[in-house]
Amino acid sequence: MEQKNISTKQYIKEYLKKCVTGPWSLLCGLSVSLRYFFNPKRIVTEQYPENRKTLKMHERFRGRLSMVEDADGNNRCTACGMCERSCPNGSINVQATKNIAGKKVLGRYVYHFASCTQCGLCVEACPFGAIEMAPEFEVATTDIKSLEMILNKKEGQG
Amino acid sequence: MSMTQLPPGFKIIRDENSEAYSDEFFVNMGPQHPSTHGALRLAIRMDGETIVELVPHHGYIHRGMEKQAESMSYLQYFPMSDRQDYLTAIQNNLGVALAYEKGMNVGVPLRQEYIRVMLQELGRIASHLVFFGCFGGDLGGQTCLLFGFKEREMVHDILEEVTGSRLTMNYFRPGGSRFDVPDTFIPRVKAFLDHMESTMKDYERFLSKNVIVRERSIGIGVLSKEDAIAYACSGPVARASGVNFDVRRNNPYSIYSQLEFDVPLAYNGDCYDRYNVRIAEIHESMRILRQCIDKFPAEGPWRSKEKPVKLAPGRYYSEIETAKGLYATYVVAAAGDKPYRIHTRGPSFPHIGVLNKMCQGLTVSDLVTIMATLDPVIPEIDR
Repeated sequence: MEQKNISTKQYIKEYLKKCVTGPWSLLCGLSVSLRYFFNPKRIVTEQYPENRKTLKMHERFRGRLSMVEDADGNNRCTACGMCERSCPNGSINVQATKNIAGKKVLGRYVYHFASCTQCGLCVEACPFGAIEMAPEFEVATTDIKSLEMILNKKEGQG
Repeated sequence: MSMTQLPPGFKIIRDENSEAYSDEFFVNMGPQHPSTHGALRLAIRMDGETIVELVPHHGYIHRGMEKQAESMSYLQYFPMSDRQDYLTAIQNNLGVALAYEKGMNVGVPLRQEYIRVMLQELGRIASHLVFFGCFGGDLGGQTCLLFGFKEREMVHDILEEVTGSRLTMNYFRPGGSRFDVPDTFIPRVKAFLDHMESTMKDYERFLSKNVIVRERSIGIGVLSKEDAIAYACSGPVARASGVNFDVRRNNPYSIYSQLEFDVPLAYNGDCYDRYNVRIAEIHESMRILRQCIDKFPAEGPWRSKEKPVKLAPGRYYSEIETAKGLYATYVVAAAGDKPYRIHTRGPSFPHIGVLNKMCQGLTVSDLVTIMATLDPVIPEIDR
């Protein structure tokens, strides 16, 4: 800290000036808080668990990985494994199988949610648009086994 | 306490017979301390209440990102760059994308350039607002924290709508970005700027003129211009010491050369100057955003033709100005689809290095102010 050489008179003058300007600056700051106090419309806090029904995520929100399925539960996955290769943390495991005709189709699409960082590289890599990031954000659980999931309901159609 | 009990790293040797020596002791600040902004441990050698010497110990959250990058494809490094300086994630993305673009020899269309600049400046505002909140919070005004985060929330809403994520955006790609911006983007930015215009006045009334803030920051933690250059400081920290350097103007990337903006400078190099420079930068960012809104091309391609991300063998370097300072990416590409080496030059690491020089002779409470105005992000130091 700087030690300035100033006369006693000047010191007292500055001290008295600070006595006035100091509290005034604090009052100025307080007036901002007071305006919020008397103007509840400016408050932006959301009452989270109560507003669940109206709370909607943006269209592009990246949540849990899920499969795009039509009404019958059919998916578009061909088990090519592009998503598995693009994943930085190995949280996708595509297990292919063969159907009656001997063609390679999707058997099980295993997704390890615990290690997923939701970067969205798998969705970007998929050439068929078979997977998407669902706008789910309440994903906390008490059982770690529930984070390892199989995404497809049916076997792939190829 | 004898000298042998001090942790390693301290350099000043004192005469054991002198009286001053017997009063010395050392204090650990961190790794869990709110004002170190993360897992950073500062071993402080104290003489009474005065700091004699300070040694920062980092590496508590070292993840070896640069080594990990060697076993990843080029695209897989993008989520990693988000997780370095998480407050300026969108800017780190661009730094990596620019380096890749040099290796792939692709350009980007005009609309994408504007998207890039606008998201950069929004990210800068968001990061400086966190600084504003933490600076007030560290000095004891917890209300400030919420004030800063209130407006940051609006920026993050915009970024979430564009990129799909609030904090780790993973948005820019060589030759463009993942998505085009939605139609609501420009009106939302406009609404945000109008709101911000009035809020900035509140901020200045709230903190800049506050007597406690002024007394605790004016003349504290002075960093001279020579030291700022010698320790490779950059960004607002260097500009508060009078170093007139900004990558956006001195080595322009994207379309910054076509935009009109000032580089805020201050010359005292104390904590209050660093605060003022950041507040002035928010104003400048808003000015850039207004120009971009006027010039934003309503139509046109938003990315160049998609190519597989594969760099020609060679060495590529890009540097950008993030909210914290100079962020540089150096990529050594070999044949194949994996980088041989990616090196990152982050802005926060040199700022921690200069901390010892700035806080000698001050007290621990001053150290809290200095740490707040240096605005380091620990995951970026450790990487």
